[in-house]
Amino acid sequence: MNDLKKKAQNIRKNIVRMIHAAGSGHTGGSLGMADVFTALYFKVINENIFSKDEDRDRFILSNGHICPVWYATLSELGKIPKEELLTLRKIDSRLQGHPVNHDLPFAELPTGSLGQGISASVGLALAYKMDRKKSKVFVSLGDGEMEEGSVWEALMAAGHYRLSNLIAFVDRNIIQQGGSTEDMMSLEPLKGKIESFKWNVTVADGHDFDQILNAFDQAKKSADKPSFIIFRTHLGQGVSFVKDNFKWHGTAPNDEQLKIALQELEGE
Amino acid sequence: MEQKGIRDGFGNAIAKLGEMNQKIVVLAAGVGDSTQAFKFKEKFSERYIEAGIAEQNMVGMAAGLALGGKIPFATSFATFLPGRCFDQIRQSVCYANLNVKLVATHAGLTVGQDGATHQMMEDIALMRSLPNMTVIAPCDAVEAEKAVLAAAEIMGPVFIRLGRDKQPVISQDKNFEIGRSVLMRNGHDVTLIATGIMVYYALLAAEELEKEGISARVINMHTVKPIDKGAIVKAAKETRGIVTAEEHQVYGGLGSAVAEVLSQEHPAKLRIIGMPDKFGESGKPDELLKKYGLTEKEIAEAARNILK
Repeated sequence: MNDLKKKAQNIRKNIVRMIHAAGSGHTGGSLGMADVFTALYFKVINENIFSKDEDRDRFILSNGHICPVWYATLSELGKIPKEELLTLRKIDSRLQGHPVNHDLPFAELPTGSLGQGISASVGLALAYKMDRKKSKVFVSLGDGEMEEGSVWEALMAAGHYRLSNLIAFVDRNIIQQGGSTEDMMSLEPLKGKIESFKWNVTVADGHDFDQILNAFDQAKKSADKPSFIIFRTHLGQGVSFVKDNFKWHGTAPNDEQLKIALQELEGE
Repeated sequence: MEQKGIRDGFGNAIAKLGEMNQKIVVLAAGVGDSTQAFKFKEKFSERYIEAGIAEQNMVGMAAGLALGGKIPFATSFATFLPGRCFDQIRQSVCYANLNVKLVATHAGLTVGQDGATHQMMEDIALMRSLPNMTVIAPCDAVEAEKAVLAAAEIMGPVFIRLGRDKQPVISQDKNFEIGRSVLMRNGHDVTLIATGIMVYYALLAAEELEKEGISARVINMHTVKPIDKGAIVKAAKETRGIVTAEEHQVYGGLGSAVAEVLSQEHPAKLRIIGMPDKFGESGKPDELLKKYGLTEKEIAEAARNILK
């Protein structure tokens, strides 16, 4: 557990470093999901995801804008050189502002237009089911993203087709660009909505590794329904001036802010 | 002349494809019985995916199926595919450059009585604007079948638009190659370049013009993207002008594509026959084509105007 916490902190440091170097990026959501991504890639996803096996785990980042946390996690795993992280959003870089599949083997398809990665994950899970494959398809969503109608088309289809090999989770930080999700376009009651679409739904604290791992464990065991985990998170977790502050949805730290952020993250 | 439902070309081809290749899967958005996708369902139900009336998710799922090693054919009416799901086609299919095929039936005015909400006349404009997309408008059922088979052979996104109605079969003996136009009739005074059902009307126009001593070349430009530049430039060099004809708006479709080639490569006189920047209405197919000026009369008149 301590090991996971350390990794998550390292990931958080790299997030603020890379977004600072880029001069733009989505700091809040990225920081918020560091714990979930650490658990996901270090304990949950089968490492065959990095192989060319036809039957391997898959992951799609539907909320493509929080790619800094994903790039940083892949780097922590040794899949992306640390120095390369600082090329985020720069021209000719593999690490574009939103993930692109062309040069980055980990990205299945370009995501960033919200509500599309989830559809692709349903199609992928369907393909796997048709071929009786054993692996799982994981997909990450943002809560603001769940305002897109296509998300619900995808959830409806997954429930209809009983895609038990599909595991979706959402960064439920109650924030989107511009403010609280509940002020802008309320999602609650979210759990009930998703359950009514024929999914198994779990709610977990997105900063508690025990809860995170338990939730994924349960999801993996699902036999007849797709699984959805609502991770209750704080936008910007780990950095005091970013935490729960909607202004940090899509803002990059300046030199001074980076310094303070790294100090805080170091101090943990 | 033999009349065949152009959609049947798709139905026949997709059933054949299902037989030939286990990776082929078909998606439908609630109208699989209309698009003829059901012909695939009858034989290969385990590879037929009903998406429900949800075109955005249908296209997204098609992208995911391609990631899972399948060759998906996503189908619906042209108003909804690409109309409803342009962003999914742009981002998840074209930008992703995935091997997804889109077959849209019920394109154009000849949808008839359902009216303008179902008469898509902007699909060619939308689809040809996308990088990595191949755009094909077959002229009849025989060509439609060949086009679908050819689409399965190449890697990458393909959009095929088909009408709803029965059309005369005019392409029986012609070879089909994506990107290569078909010379339906040679001529040296004026060239008529058409796509889809308008190829038949272009041939009728050529016959009418011949009676007046005008020799019209007729080119079937089934592939609007990538367009056969060579044939267009050749026509501009060898004849005195070009008339294009399409069951599509005059802005953004075949006419525009030909204009792009002519103005940049070999300027020539051009007249564009198509839907004159209007929406259609309920009516019988031939009544509608007549009312909105998509017949051999308008094509022939445009040719005469060029030659004045």
